[in-house]
Amino acid sequence: MTPTQIATFLTERFGDAITASHPDDKHPRIHTTAGQWRIIAESLRHEPELSFDWLACLTAVDYVADEQLCCVYDLRSTIHNHWFAVKVIVSRAEPVMPTVSNIWPTADWHEREAFDMFGLKFTDHPDLRRILLPEDWEGFPLRKDYVFPKEYHGIPGTYDSPGLSTAAKA
Amino acid sequence: MSWIENRFEEGLMITSVDWAVNWARKNSLWPMTFGLACCAIEMMAVGASRYDLDRFGAGAFRATPRQSDLMIVAGTVTYKMASRVQRLYDQMPDPKYVIAMGACTVGGGPYFKYGYHVVKGVDMVVPVDVYVPGCPPRPEALIEGLMRLQDKISKQSISVGKVAQRGAAEDLANTSPFPQPALA
Repeated sequence: MTPTQIATFLTERFGDAITASHPDDKHPRIHTTAGQWRIIAESLRHEPELSFDWLACLTAVDYVADEQLCCVYDLRSTIHNHWFAVKVIVSRAEPVMPTVSNIWPTADWHEREAFDMFGLKFTDHPDLRRILLPEDWEGFPLRKDYVFPKEYHGIPGTYDSPGLSTAAKA
Repeated sequence: MSWIENRFEEGLMITSVDWAVNWARKNSLWPMTFGLACCAIEMMAVGASRYDLDRFGAGAFRATPRQSDLMIVAGTVTYKMASRVQRLYDQMPDPKYVIAMGACTVGGGPYFKYGYHVVKGVDMVVPVDVYVPGCPPRPEALIEGLMRLQDKISKQSISVGKVAQRGAAEDLANTSPFPQPALA
């Protein structure tokens, strides 16, 4: 199916659950909300016409000006050889969305990484811990308003932290 | 002709204990198998046949810190890794030496300003003997660094040795305005 056909298919099936549709974009996609994402994901995976059996990429974006966080799912079908993307948009105040790790097992570690870097909470995830950073790390580094640590276990952090000025290093 | 000449058999050699100990020490450095990032690839090249670190007696990379006396910190040290680096250093028996290989270990390198996760120089964690800049350094540069370390070792004395020098480093820690790594 072409991106336009996929977008039409989903819009007809889910109606208002699709908050925006961009099939002609260079990144063809639909937008949806956390509440509807789970049922759309099931459909994308199991509907015979869609059969998105490969979660090629899972990433996140911080729309700090809009007070929103977004999780981007890039899907491909090895059966129909078509591809499409879904953006699940949540508020920064409550960045909670359901996991899809039992639909696409790839999502397990990818969701952990999105949690690690952006603080997205995936409900019902089997093991939602930090995957790269130490467990006692504070904050979510890829958020736009992230403040670099001044020190970590006694080791000076940012270049302008006490004891590590650029002048002192030069 | 002094009184000592012609009193010993042929083949007897006389030297100072310092010279002999340092000569043995600097020509049989045992590096630890320890690579953190891309610099480790260059370090492996140094150990392999083309550059052949064994020519300098430092080709026996050991798989445990307890059999090593040289730590070549090859690659980006993250905050998560820093405590492990410190532990590995602590596990090495004295006398022990550290070469900081590459821009990241020398001072944070490309992650100095915008790397939230990178230690701004491994000397924040362990005391460093020789800094080898480069991104990554050429194998020749690491060999140069090793030779400078050998120079440093050959100036040691059993009376004022490496251990005593670390006492001086502790004095530095007490007087320096910058935070110094906790010494083992």
